[in-house]
Amino acid sequence: MLNYVIKRLIYMIPTLFGMSLIAFMIIQLPPGDYVTSMLATMADSGQNVDPEQLEALRRSYGFDDPIWLQYWKWITGILFRGDFGYSFEWNRPVADLIWERMGSTLALSLASLLFVWAVSLPIGIYSAMRRHSVGDYGFTLLGFIGLAIPNFIMALTLMYFSYRYFGQSVGGLFSPEYVEAPWSWGKFVDLLAHLWIPIIVIGTNGTAALIRILRANLTDELSKPYVITAKAKGLPEYRAVVKYPVRIALNPFVSAIGWVLPELISGVTITAIVLNLPTAGPLLLRALISQDMYLAGSFILLMGVLTLVGMLISDILLALLDPRIRFN
Amino acid sequence: MLEHTFIDEAPEAGPAVSALKAGKPVQTAVAGPWQLMWAKFSRNKVALVAGVIILMLFLVGIFAEFLAPALPETARPQFTNAPPQELRLFTTDAEGNRHFQLHVTGYTMTVDQASLRRSYAIDDSQVVPVGFFVRGAPYKLWGQFPSDIHLIGPLSPNDTMYLMGTDKLGRDLFSRLIHGTRISMSIGLIGVTISLLLGVVLGSISGFYGGWVDLVVQRVIEVISSMPTIPLWLGLAAAIPLTWSPLTVYFVITLIVSLFGWTGLAREVRGRFFALRSEDFVTAARLDGSSERRLIFRHILPSLTSHILAVVTLALPTMIVAETALSFLGIGLKAPVVSWGVLLQDAQNVRTIANAPWLLIWPSAAVVLTVLAYNFLGDGLRDAADPYES
Repeated sequence: MLNYVIKRLIYMIPTLFGMSLIAFMIIQLPPGDYVTSMLATMADSGQNVDPEQLEALRRSYGFDDPIWLQYWKWITGILFRGDFGYSFEWNRPVADLIWERMGSTLALSLASLLFVWAVSLPIGIYSAMRRHSVGDYGFTLLGFIGLAIPNFIMALTLMYFSYRYFGQSVGGLFSPEYVEAPWSWGKFVDLLAHLWIPIIVIGTNGTAALIRILRANLTDELSKPYVITAKAKGLPEYRAVVKYPVRIALNPFVSAIGWVLPELISGVTITAIVLNLPTAGPLLLRALISQDMYLAGSFILLMGVLTLVGMLISDILLALLDPRIRFN
Repeated sequence: MLEHTFIDEAPEAGPAVSALKAGKPVQTAVAGPWQLMWAKFSRNKVALVAGVIILMLFLVGIFAEFLAPALPETARPQFTNAPPQELRLFTTDAEGNRHFQLHVTGYTMTVDQASLRRSYAIDDSQVVPVGFFVRGAPYKLWGQFPSDIHLIGPLSPNDTMYLMGTDKLGRDLFSRLIHGTRISMSIGLIGVTISLLLGVVLGSISGFYGGWVDLVVQRVIEVISSMPTIPLWLGLAAAIPLTWSPLTVYFVITLIVSLFGWTGLAREVRGRFFALRSEDFVTAARLDGSSERRLIFRHILPSLTSHILAVVTLALPTMIVAETALSFLGIGLKAPVVSWGVLLQDAQNVRTIANAPWLLIWPSAAVVLTVLAYNFLGDGLRDAADPYES
């Protein structure tokens, strides 16, 4: 087991390296650097610009270094000092800005993952046991529609309905009176009242996909001789299904972390922008539009790392569950 | 298969196999793989309907100028955020007789003096006659052929016919949606073509050679597919300079969308290559002295065509949704260009949507319909891709 984990960790290194290259490329992509754009704004507002001072600024940020050296400085800063660079728009180190936002992104993604699991398990089992029933077709149709509606359209639609029929404004995570308030029961209920829309929006795609997988896996499993034997010896249907076949069909639930998580984080990003939630999404979009590239690049890198860690956890869990993976 | 019957103690006489009976040769029905696939595909009615819908959407995109009653950029400031006008078939005259007359209902507009906001009410008594093949605003079909004939439109050019309402500048949403179909559908198609090239080339190289080439390609795929797509798209699209022309932006957006869409395709192709590499017909071709290029392009790829077609169809909706999302966020296609995403940009906040729900409903419906149709079509194609499988 330990060997397996170590092997997986070593496999992660080139992937991490690739991700850091992509994030760095995005940082470098916009033409010009921050000093040139600052020069432009200062010249626009008629301020005098001291060329020497600018030169010093450029040197201190290393904008004139060759590209590989800039990458080396950037990545070693992150790895050894936790220094993600400087946000020129906020005039603060990037590291001060990202952690809280990444935390809420992670929390929202996990909440959505729990939603995906909680909804798709019973529906998947039901659909596999009652194949071609009205309920099964109903869920299949719902699943297809769920897969077809893009996150942001669903967010807008739910927002509209909630505004129209409940008179509730759904932006943000809290009502105005609770934003600054200390934690209390009322604040918690208020959070739940705001949270259902983003969670449904983010989780629907994954739920629909997971139901399809679970239904297919369980259907294969249900026709195996051991299930027939169990039923033949008089085990009630419920126990004959839940005791063994469901357990085996649960593997995709664990491996789902690996492929659902990038989707969830993607979904959280755009949904949060539409619903104005305090996660990484809105800040990332704002940073990109104002070309505050170190902030934007750090978000992109960390979101990639987050999914990679999620995949690692799912692989380890899968190996714990299934000895066939551990020993191969 | 010949049937053999063994009779013990039969006399040894004559050849073991009797001569074929003279007369009509036996009729054997022969169907090629594509015929079998079509037979299997056409049994799936849902996929068939989905295919027809996709075909119609492409036709709408191709003949957008002719199908749209108005030009997409024509604005009538006196009709801002006007609700949809209903299309009706019959009118009733003063004596209560019903006549056939295609028309839309008119509006009465009231201006709230306090807020100066216009509100519209559908007025059944007003009849705006409309007809087919009417003369309206002049346009050039595909930028080439000048014409002013529109499939449907009000008979008098001064009348209004807003089947899906108008936006905040008083532009006809129906016409804009039709023009948006052209951009959105073509972005998907071009994007998937680029993805296809990348995916097939890298997937076949990786699957055919294996070894370290495979290892490198696999790592690249792993990196790309484990990055969350929307932040990546955002990062790349935001780098497009504002000064670029709409056409350049269009192609760059297509490129960005396809740059991350090829991994699934490459995986599929690679897997099939691994399976096919050791098949007898490939070995035979190799022993015959075929070059590697010939092996890949002449022998292996053609037997994958149907699978590739299915995967491509399933990848298309992702591209369309990606463009829509980027444009919606304001860093994709921009104003003079009309795509479904650009249309949805007008439906950014709850207040606008509550005021003019059609701005959200119709463009969203177009996106969802397209994605659904592509998914059903792709599922049907995937099931039909291997006609020899029971």
